[in-house]
Amino acid sequence: MKIVEFQHHQSAHCENGVASNILKFNGLDISEPLFFGIGSGIFYVYIPFLKVNHAPAISYRPMPGIIFSRAAKRLNIKIKRERFSNEEKAFAALDRNLDMGIPSGLQVGVYHLPYFPDEYRFHFNAHNLVVYGKEGDNYLISDPVMETTSVLTKKELAKVRFAKGAFAPKGHMYYPVSMPTEVNIEKSVIAGIKKTTKDMLAPVPLVGVNGIKFVGKKVAKWPKQVGIKKANHYLAQVIRMQEEIGTGGGGFRFIYAAFLQEAAGVLGKSSLNELSQDMTEIGDDWRDFALHASRVCKERVKDVNAYQQLSEMMINISDKERKLFTDLKKSL
Amino acid sequence: MKKDSIPQDESSLSSKDMKEMCYAVDENGEYSTALSTGWKPKTIALEVTMNDLNERIENAKKSVLEGKKSPIVYFMERSRMDWSILASYMGKRKWIVKRNAKPKVFKKLKDTVINKYAEVFEIEVNELKNFNENS
Repeated sequence: MKIVEFQHHQSAHCENGVASNILKFNGLDISEPLFFGIGSGIFYVYIPFLKVNHAPAISYRPMPGIIFSRAAKRLNIKIKRERFSNEEKAFAALDRNLDMGIPSGLQVGVYHLPYFPDEYRFHFNAHNLVVYGKEGDNYLISDPVMETTSVLTKKELAKVRFAKGAFAPKGHMYYPVSMPTEVNIEKSVIAGIKKTTKDMLAPVPLVGVNGIKFVGKKVAKWPKQVGIKKANHYLAQVIRMQEEIGTGGGGFRFIYAAFLQEAAGVLGKSSLNELSQDMTEIGDDWRDFALHASRVCKERVKDVNAYQQLSEMMINISDKERKLFTDLKKSL
Repeated sequence: MKKDSIPQDESSLSSKDMKEMCYAVDENGEYSTALSTGWKPKTIALEVTMNDLNERIENAKKSVLEGKKSPIVYFMERSRMDWSILASYMGKRKWIVKRNAKPKVFKKLKDTVINKYAEVFEIEVNELKNFNENS
């Protein structure tokens, strides 16, 4: 087994964090926000027919793995992804990589992760971490949402690698097989922004800024449609999806604002600095929404007006984001 | 979000010595990161979710004790699963797992199936077989 010096850096979002840490190890120093922007990480989708924890699913990010795949493609990095039919093969491949000194990214389920607080252990299967070494039967883990590295036994790691349910990881392991000799950051940043503006302004009802407006209108109807009790439960889920660990706050808006600021420097466009400020304000609006929504949840407000007010807040955010992404598209 | 307004509220993160990383602007408007111990609205949302969950668990327990459902339902809720997730862990179709939740069907299940349920729920087999008030 080859011992490697793996630098663990904590990040806001797990997928970026894993990518950023692995790329740094391989000699490419890219910040988390820059990676997030190049991978077009900001997104919004409402999937009413998919229930997560007994509430309709809302996601502030694209499908797991996509941010890394997109960014890798734009930066000319070749990533190898492997999935396995059984645990034995999955661990043979991981051990082979570690023997060669290749820190490897893994997709895992959160429910069986022993170092997470109990309240955070749900059947969410799109978490990411890096395994960078092995000591006896223990695996050395760099989980990017943790301040420091962790250790998992083989049994524990097997459980999270083969978690079941939606997005089951099936032992999913990924690592770079070739790194670019030269990187065109400007081009990658532009490609990332273009894809984001296209998705967020998509002319379909459940996606992007339209999706936000759609949910905004829905929120007002929840108390009548599903009753106050369920409406409160739905609202709690909305807050959790938006502010859960790994979003960097405000449903990824602050990470994206940080990206726009960095992009302003990379592209030499000061207009992106202004858009970054606008995005920060929108992130604050999202947090304001979460704050109000949490009060409604906590006090079990039976007042339909409270839901009406939350609905208006969300629709207002949708309008602001439409303007921002339109301006962003024009600025390129 | 301004750096000095990054929330430092008490939360369940402290139970595992965890802190969460946030992006925020400093006094010069530059973005950087800082750690947060938690934020009250998130804690409230989690509490609401946990309360709902505990209510589901209690209701499930009642149904099992009243003989309306098999213990599978109780342990499914306690493991924070729904029918799809449980079916996926069992490697069975959803309708089969739902059928196993009927007390009559459950009583006739083979030991191998019961063992598999116990393994999935991370409990002893007799907790499934001899469900009682203290379960």
